[in-house]
Amino acid sequence: MDLSLSTRTVGDRTVVEVGGEIDVYTAPKLREQLVELVNDGSFHLVVDMEGVDFLDSTGLGVLVGGLKRVRAHEGSLRLVCNQERILKIFRITGLTKVFPIHTSVDEAVAATD
Amino acid sequence: MATVELRFSALPEHVRTARLVAAAVARRAGVEEAVLDEVRLAVGEACTRAVGLHQAGGVTAPVRVALIEDEKQFSIEVGDEAPRSAPGDRVPGAAGQGEEPEADGEDEMGLAVISGLVDDVEVTAGESGGLIRMTWPTTPAPLVS
Repeated sequence: MDLSLSTRTVGDRTVVEVGGEIDVYTAPKLREQLVELVNDGSFHLVVDMEGVDFLDSTGLGVLVGGLKRVRAHEGSLRLVCNQERILKIFRITGLTKVFPIHTSVDEAVAATD
Repeated sequence: MATVELRFSALPEHVRTARLVAAAVARRAGVEEAVLDEVRLAVGEACTRAVGLHQAGGVTAPVRVALIEDEKQFSIEVGDEAPRSAPGDRVPGAAGQGEEPEADGEDEMGLAVISGLVDDVEVTAGESGGLIRMTWPTTPAPLVS
């Protein structure tokens, strides 16, 4: 199982669809993708985690890094996740207070607060 | 003696293998299905941390994972051979080597995830390396009739 990444633009948002396992081996690919998007001027990101089977602290670190980058440009990074086992990791690390977590891409794209 | 013991070169690509083996042995040992996700995540965090410590410290020895099945419990020990002078001390230069600033503290984040997930966890470290021991209760397999 590897990591799959695809991006698409919805209005002023860039949706990054992530699939597979985000761990110490694959997280650098996600980091590169987020850095590239920000460098190319995409500052409002929606990371769709519905296809993610596994997420560890390395992956959390990359998401936090992405958030720092977009915030430096007055941007946003929203997550889409309904999977309890993934949400649990955000809860035990307190990151549910840091990331807006939405139940659908449509909801994340429409969110403005 | 450990039920299953695993040694792997301190490389990120092998952490997944350790997760899969640990989950398979935990399932056989009678760890509840609902808890297997936690086992998988916790052992992955412990191995990730060990790989990071070995790489940062230039340690060529493998990371060791012992999966131990006891009567009513299942334990995983993840041992590294990265020396530190005091428990929790960072290896000098651990944060360097091209890592981005946000990578700082991932070590602690990994430990935070482990302690958030596992009720019974012991972290020890000494001159010859560190050890994380995590234990879960098991329910005995029903007798085949």
